[in-house]
Amino acid sequence: MWVLIVLGVVVAAVLYFVGIYNGLIRARNQAKNGWSQIDVQLKRRHDLIPNLVETAKGYMKHEQQTLEKVVQARTAAIGAKGPAEAGKAEGLLGAALSGFFALSERYPDLKANQNFLSLQEELASTENRIGFARQAYNDAATTYNNKREVFPASLISGSFEQAELFEIEAPGERSVPKVEF
Amino acid sequence: MWEQIRSNRRRSAFVVTAMGVLLVAAGMALGAYVNPTFTGMVVGGIAALVLWLVQWGVAVGSGDDIMLRMTGARQIRHEDHPILVNVVEEMAIAAQLPQAPRVFIVDDPSPNAFAVGRDPQKTTVAVTTGLLRILDRDELQGVIAHEIGHIKNRDVSLITLAGVMVGSIVILAELGLRALWYSGGGLRRSRTSSNRDGGQAIILLVAILLLILAPILAQLIYFALSRRREFLADASSAFFTRYPEGLASALEKLSSTHTPLTDTSRVTAPMYIVRPLRKGQKMSATSAFATHPPIADRVRILRSMAGGAGFGDYDRAFGKIRGRRIVGEHSIAEAASVPLRQPAAAEQGGPRERAREASDAFLTASGYGVRTCADCGAKVKAPPSLADRLDACPRCDGDLGPWTE
Repeated sequence: MWVLIVLGVVVAAVLYFVGIYNGLIRARNQAKNGWSQIDVQLKRRHDLIPNLVETAKGYMKHEQQTLEKVVQARTAAIGAKGPAEAGKAEGLLGAALSGFFALSERYPDLKANQNFLSLQEELASTENRIGFARQAYNDAATTYNNKREVFPASLISGSFEQAELFEIEAPGERSVPKVEF
Repeated sequence: MWEQIRSNRRRSAFVVTAMGVLLVAAGMALGAYVNPTFTGMVVGGIAALVLWLVQWGVAVGSGDDIMLRMTGARQIRHEDHPILVNVVEEMAIAAQLPQAPRVFIVDDPSPNAFAVGRDPQKTTVAVTTGLLRILDRDELQGVIAHEIGHIKNRDVSLITLAGVMVGSIVILAELGLRALWYSGGGLRRSRTSSNRDGGQAIILLVAILLLILAPILAQLIYFALSRRREFLADASSAFFTRYPEGLASALEKLSSTHTPLTDTSRVTAPMYIVRPLRKGQKMSATSAFATHPPIADRVRILRSMAGGAGFGDYDRAFGKIRGRRIVGEHSIAEAASVPLRQPAAAEQGGPRERAREASDAFLTASGYGVRTCADCGAKVKAPPSLADRLDACPRCDGDLGPWTE
């Protein structure tokens, strides 16, 4: 009789920890998914920039420096590794882009260019996508981190690494480039 | 991340079960009425379940395309209306949907939007041209996020399931009551039969009472369920966008128009963002028979979400306005409170450009092409069948350029 009870308790405990383990795996996968979505959107932004620079070149002849800055920031952002470094590089790229869009205000011909307008919309949307992907990733990462730290999950979560949050370090990065019309 | 809707899922399962019990009870009542024995009741109950299963199978099997076809919605591509498609894709990312929904446009001046799709891999968001005409980007985002909230919370399957159940119960009750009307009452018939007794008379009385009450009860449950899911989709919208003001201001704009929507049925009504008005119907005050909660309440709740956009923030705001809770304190441990964001930058184009973009998007999605006048620059939009029959510009009689899609 006692053997049965002990056995039952042990089985229940094992099942309980299996449940916790699976929950941790699920939360980690959710966070990983979120991160890959950010990656996709950052790449989308990097792909849009050469087109934008190409379109603007003809109109903004005296602003080579600004264009150069955008191109350099893009190259640096492509080379960045890991959330912390990427956050910094993307912040600089965002700042360079908003500087560029502010300058483009002085060129009415450029602003009337259909191609430029649609690129502007795509870039603004990409900024939003990065923002929302980051929001979803950070929520998932926080959930996962909480799950692995609370007792009793902390007893078995040794092999689960803490997820890094993704913060973009530059004011104005999170918002759409401000453009007055 | 979706812990917060788990308790609501349980609650919805309970509601659907309660409706199932009502359905079987109505079936048994009808069975007892036709043949007041135990076998009659069992046969009636099984018949009710079969009726429901068949109807549900038809509703699920025929898929989302029926509703889309009924409303005349057309699928658009990215280049037809970049802003709308971008906003939908942004919200799909915020909601972590595995796949961005397809985007459809309905050519209807009444501003409204709906979502369909049971399979998360293949979902659809549809908006009317009237909606695109009056909303700015932040407002559009709020509305799309509400629809994606319906998708994420699995409301589409739930509403179909429950809606079909109500339909079955109504059919059963009508059958029973009509039979009663034409036969002049089962009680009298049973009284004349040789083996009548008091027990049977009581069973028959209960059966008739059930047949009268079941459809009313089922509809009350159904509408309460639908209103609840509407609030939850609002909460999801605030959470995805981190900007409840967008949806609040959109709802206000929607409530100030009184253009009736052309085609809606009672079953599909819960999928719209605001209750679709039918022709000749007036926007009435709150009632137990409404699929949607009053817009004024929804706006006030969204606007009282001071300082946060999480489910907990919505829950507290809901409590302030309606005096009770909706999400449930225990189920919002995660995503309880998250900071709000700032409104987006001013966008290009006024209401006029928006209106043109909206109708152009629908026209190109319907296969219309453009011929540009060489003299005055007017753009003539025409379906392929008419494009060749136009020889001169209708405005200046100038030459029309080639037809482009």
